[in-house]
Amino acid sequence: MSAALLEVEKLSVALMTERGPLHAVAGLNLTLAPSRSLGIVGESGSGKTMLARAILRLLPRNATVGGSVRFDGRDLLGMPLDALRRLRGRELAVVFQDPMTSLNPVLTVGSQIAEALSEHMGLGAHAAALRAVELLAEVGIPEPGRRARQYPHQLSGGMRQRVAIAIALSCEPRLLIADEPTTALDVTVQAQILDLIGREQQRRQMALILITHDLGVVAGRTDEVAVMYAGRIVEHAPTCDLFKQMRSPYAEALLQAIPKLDAPPHTRLRAIGGAPPDPTRLPPGCAFSPRCRYAQERCRREAPPLLGEAGGHQFACWLPLAERAALEA
Amino acid sequence: MAGSGTVQLRDEPMLLRVERLVLEYGAGNYRVHAVSDVSFDLKRGETLGLVGESGCGKSTLGRAVLQLVQPTSGRVLFDGVELTAAKGEALRRLRRRLQLIFQDPIASLNPRRRVGDIVAEPLIIAGVKDAAERAQRVRAVLEAVGLDPDLVQRRRPHEFSGGQCQRISIARALVLEPDLVICDEPVSALDVSIRAQILNLLEDMKARYGLTLIFIAHDLAVVKAVSDRVAVMYLGKLCEIGPAEQVFEHPAHPYTALLLQAIPLPDPDAPLPQAVAAGEPPSPIAPPSGCRFRTRCPMAQGRCAEEEPQMRAIRPDQFVACHFTTGDLIQ
Repeated sequence: MSAALLEVEKLSVALMTERGPLHAVAGLNLTLAPSRSLGIVGESGSGKTMLARAILRLLPRNATVGGSVRFDGRDLLGMPLDALRRLRGRELAVVFQDPMTSLNPVLTVGSQIAEALSEHMGLGAHAAALRAVELLAEVGIPEPGRRARQYPHQLSGGMRQRVAIAIALSCEPRLLIADEPTTALDVTVQAQILDLIGREQQRRQMALILITHDLGVVAGRTDEVAVMYAGRIVEHAPTCDLFKQMRSPYAEALLQAIPKLDAPPHTRLRAIGGAPPDPTRLPPGCAFSPRCRYAQERCRREAPPLLGEAGGHQFACWLPLAERAALEA
Repeated sequence: MAGSGTVQLRDEPMLLRVERLVLEYGAGNYRVHAVSDVSFDLKRGETLGLVGESGCGKSTLGRAVLQLVQPTSGRVLFDGVELTAAKGEALRRLRRRLQLIFQDPIASLNPRRRVGDIVAEPLIIAGVKDAAERAQRVRAVLEAVGLDPDLVQRRRPHEFSGGQCQRISIARALVLEPDLVICDEPVSALDVSIRAQILNLLEDMKARYGLTLIFIAHDLAVVKAVSDRVAVMYLGKLCEIGPAEQVFEHPAHPYTALLLQAIPLPDPDAPLPQAVAAGEPPSPIAPPSGCRFRTRCPMAQGRCAEEEPQMRAIRPDQFVACHFTTGDLIQ
């Protein structure tokens, strides 16, 4: 796919820890076309945040990175830092989980948006300040003129996340990475923020990577979904295909483990036994095999590759669905 | 909502009865109305799910029931005894029958102590002097929560995952074989794949120890999975209370309906969550007059600002505090 906006190839991220190397991302491949939205779903420790940080080259110092990340044909991992800085914030924007820590507490929110505009778009101080107020209005902040003069602590969590989104959108990025943007927010505010991100993604025709631990957040809101486990993508498919039938045992088990609103009270949940593996001590073979009810000899020896056509329904499992169904019976 | 009243209290013997509980912090212009005139009750063996967004007072209510914070007014009756009037040794004795499980399993366990000692501590405080009996009860409860006593007793909390730490917290809460356990967001800090294990465990423990539970959570699907009855709170007030299935199928309060509609479902064919409520909850320092939900309510009218709605029955055993609802706000 030469038309891809983002191409991640054999990306690996290892962090040096006292207990040895921690393989946060392990040989991951991913492509994203312009103006498409991709949901990345995984539990804590699955490597989803490290993947985002590797794409943005915002990794901790003790990280070693392998493989390649290409954005619009340019090699992000090999690019000189000043060129990367011009790209980040301009074409590549990010929204983090906690807007309180990603905003500067001693600057007004208006000046933080204006700063991005003058840095990347070359706007003068006056023009940037005016545009900042416009952006606050675009992200649905009432009384934007007054809010622009306020500090982050004067705003609610939902408002702060709207400000973070306004900053991310200020320079018309081509790719927005939103890392758990609603996890710190209440459910009614979450719906508002997800609507806002979705609307702006469509309107601006930008590509979106929405990272979350909640399958419910990506259903109906992204074009495609990738499910991660222990540093790898175990399943990647168009959203409707994925939810129609999950093909990797992990994604299937994850969906079954969620309490359903339409089930009667006291319905026993289908829990996944055990716990995700220690990323410094990954098991040989498929990392999910110790918890997988279909696991066989081969699964414990050899890790299954992610198979299937790019853009179609890809999944990593040695056992085809039919064989699993036979085991189930 | 924003309602008061006590019609929802049932006329039967109850293990717990909370009457017109009020809890306010601070003074003067900075008075936080955390819990405002809340009444509910719980039968023995029942699970009450308490839901609401952050800051609605659900955790404070849980703590006020246990007298961990002193209520400003109102009564809490536990098994016929007035907890709000109990003091000193009498209150300590009663508290053995009431336990609390917290959200953050790692932070709620002392990192310097061994798991065996952590779980044994309630027994020591309760005056179980016989070391052999303590050891035997600790073993039994660790086994009950799915941990191998021989493997875990000598280890410290940092050696365990979040899910295992929550099992240890549950063991500590159950070792005195309490009657009532208040679970305050017990699975919110856990991953999805672990959450189901802990919810199933709580259900098993409820059956095995004959527990009565108050299950506080913001996730409605999680609450529905374990609750017999559900109470919905908004800004310190009770909006709606009733049988879990009925409240979820036929929410009568506009806030309950809105919460249900805001849940993102793991189904791409389901309608997208509706961001119907404009804005965010107001501050509990200066709650709106009349119905506290009126500033975000799609049904609000003039009367809502002037007059606080009182709890009224809308269906058998389902109570709501809203002037206008007719009782079935979804479909």
